[in-house]
Parts: sequence; structure tokens; C-alpha cells
Amino acid sequence: MSLIKPTRRGLLKGGAYAGAALATPTFFTSQANAYTNAPSGGKVTLGFNVPQTGPYADEGGDELRAYQLAVEHLNGGGDGGMMNTFSSKALKGNGILGNKVEFVTGDTQTKSDAARASAKSMIEKDGAVMITGGSSSGVAIAVQGLCQEAGVIFMAGLTHSNDTTGKDKKANGFRHFFNGYMSAAALAPVLAKMYGTDRKAYHLTADYTWGWTQQESIAAATEAKGWETVKNVLTPLATTDFSSYVAPVLNSGADILVLNHYGGNMINSLTAAVQFGLRDKQVNGKNFEIVVPLYSRLMAKGAGENVKGIFGSTNWHWSLQDEGSKAFVKSFGTKYGFPPSQAAHTVYCQTLLYADACERAGTHNPCGVGEALEGFKFSGLGNGDVEYRADDHQCFKDVLVVKGKENPTSEFDVLEVVEVTPREQVEYAPDHPMFAGGELGKCNAG
Amino acid sequence: MLGLNKKDTKFLLIVICLTLATPFLMQPFAEGTALAQFNGGYPDLMQRVAIFGIFAIGFNILFGLTGYLSFGHAAFLGVGSYSAVWMFKLLSMNIIPGIILAMIMSGLFALLIGYISLRRSGIYFSILTLAFAQMSYNLAYSVLTPITNGETGLQVRPTDVRLLDGANAPDYPNLFGWTMSTSYKWELGAHQFTFNVGFYVCAVIAIAAFYLSLRIFRSPFGLMLRAVKSNQQRMSYTGLNPKPYTLAAFVISGMYAGLAGGLLASMDPLAGAERMQWTVGGEVVVMTILGGAGTLLGPVLGAGAIKYLENIFSKINESVLHSWFSFLPDGLEDAVVWLFARFTGDGWHLTLGLLFMAVVIFLPGGLMEGGARIRAKFGRRGDIDETGAATKTPAE
Repeated sequence: MSLIKPTRRGLLKGGAYAGAALATPTFFTSQANAYTNAPSGGKVTLGFNVPQTGPYADEGGDELRAYQLAVEHLNGGGDGGMMNTFSSKALKGNGILGNKVEFVTGDTQTKSDAARASAKSMIEKDGAVMITGGSSSGVAIAVQGLCQEAGVIFMAGLTHSNDTTGKDKKANGFRHFFNGYMSAAALAPVLAKMYGTDRKAYHLTADYTWGWTQQESIAAATEAKGWETVKNVLTPLATTDFSSYVAPVLNSGADILVLNHYGGNMINSLTAAVQFGLRDKQVNGKNFEIVVPLYSRLMAKGAGENVKGIFGSTNWHWSLQDEGSKAFVKSFGTKYGFPPSQAAHTVYCQTLLYADACERAGTHNPCGVGEALEGFKFSGLGNGDVEYRADDHQCFKDVLVVKGKENPTSEFDVLEVVEVTPREQVEYAPDHPMFAGGELGKCNAG
Repeated sequence: MLGLNKKDTKFLLIVICLTLATPFLMQPFAEGTALAQFNGGYPDLMQRVAIFGIFAIGFNILFGLTGYLSFGHAAFLGVGSYSAVWMFKLLSMNIIPGIILAMIMSGLFALLIGYISLRRSGIYFSILTLAFAQMSYNLAYSVLTPITNGETGLQVRPTDVRLLDGANAPDYPNLFGWTMSTSYKWELGAHQFTFNVGFYVCAVIAIAAFYLSLRIFRSPFGLMLRAVKSNQQRMSYTGLNPKPYTLAAFVISGMYAGLAGGLLASMDPLAGAERMQWTVGGEVVVMTILGGAGTLLGPVLGAGAIKYLENIFSKINESVLHSWFSFLPDGLEDAVVWLFARFTGDGWHLTLGLLFMAVVIFLPGGLMEGGARIRAKFGRRGDIDETGAATKTPAE
């Protein structure tokens, strides 16, 4: 065995070498490109970060299908879907800016930590120039912050919290989906018309950013119509058995139960509420009613019979009859054999919007893309006339109020659209108290 | 050198070389080839390996030396992260105050939990620490929402106070102006190596942490801790009180965990409650046993192996497998892909489980024992001590 016998001279020499070695990295070209992960070699990589496990796994699976469809359309495959009905004609079906679109996927597990780690490895290892996806606002906010730091664009997937484009908004983040405030503004008038103005509401709320802001919004909107909020109970996101939360509702004197739950949570809490016989009860001389502010077809399907006649709101529904929706349902249905969910719709739109913004800006540089998206007005993507507001990077469009169908004709035909609430009714000022407290900051290109 | 004998000095130098060369060691394959999938030399993974290495080194001081098996170390990791992020919000984006507070807070927390849990030993101690970890998780998740921001996780915002930072200070965690995310890329033919500031910060701290643990292993204090493991009763009968020693070991390992948590937050300024879940505490146990409990280098190897598996194997999804096996006939290809897909992607835990079982059954001393056996086979006498080989006593 050779032993190391350090002498003073040896140490000094070693130190000098080590110092020189540490200084060398500055000789390497560190910032050869103007921005993070500039595409090279004729291909561009997008990162699809969706929940594949956990309470929102159904939504995540559908998002992934829509992403694959969008990539196929961008690369010129398939029937082109909504690219044909999109009001902007910058996309030519030859990828983005002539680069072939490739993608990597990751599992957010609906946990902020895991989602950030997964997004980080997509940016650092796989060279993704844009990250998109997610089905939880906690995750969306965490990943949006990461993308701002890393200097890539974040196109939010299904995230409905006011905070995503409110106090946690970021210059590199964009949201097509609607939010809690819009749901409440659309839903409250319908609820007041259907159930009267002297109702007492009991709220069960998922204990994270989405639940908090959704509850705040719906409570404010219904109280403005004369309702009273009896109590708000926060439930952990990982809860699967809601019976202990539902039981106290009966003795609270409330005659409305508002379930600020989504995905698997909502399926379980609604099922528990129905099993406890809440819907057959009479309280204060009125029929007991249940309201689910944010609805999706996947949830309605999961909850089965229990959703009949229950009101909620949604971003998009496959039964819409405009050209964009029909084209999207057709190409999604041809590829997968069933209609897309609202999660699938929003992420498909986001991918197209990103690609289109790149084409119009002539670059993948996040700052250029951001500029092209800010204030962008478009139509033909299934929601009528839509605008990406420059102040907070939130899309403004019509909101659908839906109801669980009484007589479904198929397993997909579970929701019916009650009202299309026009955009003006759900719009708010960028400095509305529920959205104040954050700032976009400057765009970061890495 | 540095109070070590010659053999330990050599050992330390080897560890230093290995750590500093990580960007090369974890990036063995050329870009663009099929094997590039297995490259792990990107900043996030290298940082994680170093950080969880620190976590496991600290855990090993408690578990490897005293034999007390704690399932609650995730709580200290979380406390460290939250403290660091709060420092980023209140004082400065420089990581130094954050890391210092992370260690102080986790030390205090460990003192409290250790003082109560160490009244019992064996399985009762493990259960107590598990209970404390679960309590901390629930506190962070819902009760202490104003401090921890619950499920969303604590984040830094441009509007934060940051008393010490001037107007031009960087918006991201940095060390006197060097942002952690800065990377230098070196293209060497088809190879590409990434040198990341954050990783080297972690690496230097990891080496310091390793050196400290080496000194503890060699000190009279370390000997006392081993005495606790081998026979606590006999130790009491000789008139020595084991309590202060075990408590000190618990607090030290708690501070190591806090340091790891603070570094995690420094590399990525977000602290989520999931970090405190007992599964994270279980992960460090697995790392330590996989590498070799009671050995100096084992826990670091275990941490590296698990983080590598987690990040690389979980990325091999079905479409990647299809591209590998596309040469097979259709029916056979689908069958083979189906089989492999159970062990990669979401199923990487299954691979980890099999690996863990194999190690515990065939190599009770962990990967370190495997290394020693290989060396013995090639004619070199395996040194039976912690420096390069397995201990005689298997993991418990």
C-alpha cells in the first residue's frame, strides 16, 4: 500500500493545482445560448408533468393523451384537430419553427416536492424548453415558481386556484383554465335562482391553495345573494374516507352542502354524503342540496348515479357544438375511442397556444413567447372569444354552468350544460382583493 | 493530517476525489446514444446524491454506532428546510444564514424529541420517533399552515422582506453572489459534463460532514456509542450513564438531517410538508442498510444508489422500452415491454425492493460488504473495518 506523506511544499503545490482546476470552468462556454435549453438539431423538447399516481391520476392520464394528440397534430400527423379551427394560422404542421416536437413525461404525484424534482430533471437532463401540465394548484404554483427561476415557459394545466394567476403569478407562467372566482361568479346566480336566496351553506374544503380560494370565492358570491355560510371544514387532500366529515353536517342546521373538492376527493365525499342520505333530507322546510363548484366529466363518471341533478361549473364540455370543440372531440375520439375531459381540452389548447406563440414570436425564447402570449386574442379553441390578459396571464372566456344529467344516454353523457355564462359576468380587475398581493416580475430567459 | 492516521487520511483523500469527480463519474455515456438514458450527471440528481449522502452519514452516527433505529429523521429534514426558507424570506438569499438556522432549529427539535424518545430503547424507541414524525408532518400540513403554507409548500416571493439583501442582490439562493443554479458545461467530443455551483457547495459541505463523522467514529465518544450498541446494561453496571451519549448522538444526527434539509431548500427554495412524511424517514433507513450500516462510506453509497434508481429508472416509461425492444417480433415485444414496465417507470419501487431484499439476504453488511468480498476474491486481503470494507457485525 502506498502511503501519502504530505509535505508543506507538496501541499502548496497541490493547492495551486486545485485552485487552477477550480478556476478552469470559467473558461468553458457557459452561456453559449441566449436562453435556457435553446433547441438544437432540428428538434424541440416539451416537458409534460402530470399526476400519474394519487387522487388526480385520472385527470393526469387524460392530460397525457391530449398532449400526445397535440404533438401529433403539431408535427403534421392525424387530422390536425383544433389547428384547423384556431383563429391564428401561424402553425403549419411542421413542428414548431420547423423543429420536430418531441416530449418527455414525468409524474407529479400531486406533491409539490415531487413535481418540482420531476420538472427540474426534465429541464436539466432532457433539455425541455417548456413545462406544462399538472392537475393541482399547489403543484402548479410550485412548478410555476421553478420555471420562473430556471428560465423556461410554464403553461399551466388544470389549476383552478385564484392564486395561480393571483398572488403567486409569475412572468413565465400562463393559465388557460378558469379559476375559483369565475366559477363562483357564474354559479351563484344559477344557485340563487334554483334554490332560493335564504339558504344556509356548509362547506367541506380541500386543505390547500385551491380549496381555500375556491371556498372564499363561492362563499363571497353566494353571501352576496343572501346565503349564510354556517361552517367551513378543511379536509386533507389525501383523505379517502369522508364519513367523519359528512356526519356533522346533519346537525349543523345547514340545508346546502358545498363540496370544494376535486377528482378522487370529490368522488369519495359526494358518495359519502349520498350514502348518509343527505339528498333525501328536509331541513328548514327545504330540500337538502349538494353543490360541487368545480365539475369534470371524469369525476361525474367516477361518482356515477350520485351526481344526478347536482350543479357545478366547468371550463369546457365535449358536448359543445362549436367547430373547435367538434373537431377536437372527433380527433380525440378517433384516436382513443372516447370523448376528452376538460383537463384534456385545456392542456391541448395550452400546447397549441405555446406553439403558436413561438411561431408568431419567431423564437423559443421565453421572453419572446411571453410577449406574444400577453394580450393575445383568439377563438376557435372551443371557448368562443378568449383573451390572455397581459396583467396576470389569465385567460378570460365564457364559463359553463353544468348539472349532473338525470337520464344519461351513455357513460360519457353524464353532464348537461345549463347555462353559458358570458365572459363579462365573470371578469374582475387585476387588483381584485382575492388576487392582490403578488407581482408578475420580469420574464426570465435563464 | 488533520488528526487522522495515515490510512484514514488516504481514505479521506479518496472520498474527496470521488466526490469532486462526480460530474464525470455519473456521466459515463456519450450524448445521443441509447445509453445516454442512464447518465445521471445533471445538477439536480448530483445535488440530491450529495445532500442525501449527508442525511445518511448523520443517520448512521445514530443507527450505525448506537443501534438506535429512528424512523423520525424526516422531521428534522423538514424543520431544516422550513427554517432555511424562512431565512431566505426574512434575511437574505445568501444560503449561509439559512443553513445555520436550519442546523440550530433541527438541533433544538432533536433535543426535545430525543429527550422524550430515548427514555425507551429498541422497538419502543422506533415507534416513539415514528409517532413524532407523523405529528410533525400533520402539524406542518394543516395546523401550522401560517408558518408552513400547508400543502402548497413554503415559497419565496419577490415581495419578501429580505433585510440584509441590497437592491441588486440575486433573487435566487446564492453564496455571496454565486447563484446555486449556475452551471458550466464542458463539451468533450460527444460527452457533455456539467459543473454546477450548487453541487460543489453541497459536495464541499458533504466532505466536511464526512470528515466530522470520521473523527466521531475514531474518537472516545464514538467508542462509547459503540459500547451502547454492544451492551448497554454492562455499560451501566460499569458506572457509565449511556443517556447523555445517546442523546448527544441523536442531536448530532438530527443536526446533520437539518443541514441536509437546509441544503435541499438552498438548491430549490421550496419547503413542502411531504418532506416530513415518515416515508422519507424510512428511505434514509433503507439507504443506510443498503450501503452498510455502521460503515463510514456505506450510507453515502446507499443514498447515491437509491437516488439514482429513483431518478433514472422512474424515467424509463413504456415508449422508451418500446424503442429498445423494437427489434423483437410484435407479440413478443409487447410481452417483454409489459414485463420490464413493471420494474421501471412507476414501478421502480419494485426494483428497489428486490435490490434491498437481495442485499439484506446475501450481503447483510450492505454494498460495502459486497465490495470487500470482491476485493478478497482478487487476492487482496479485505480490511475488516469501516474504512473500506464491511464490519463483522451485520446490520440489525
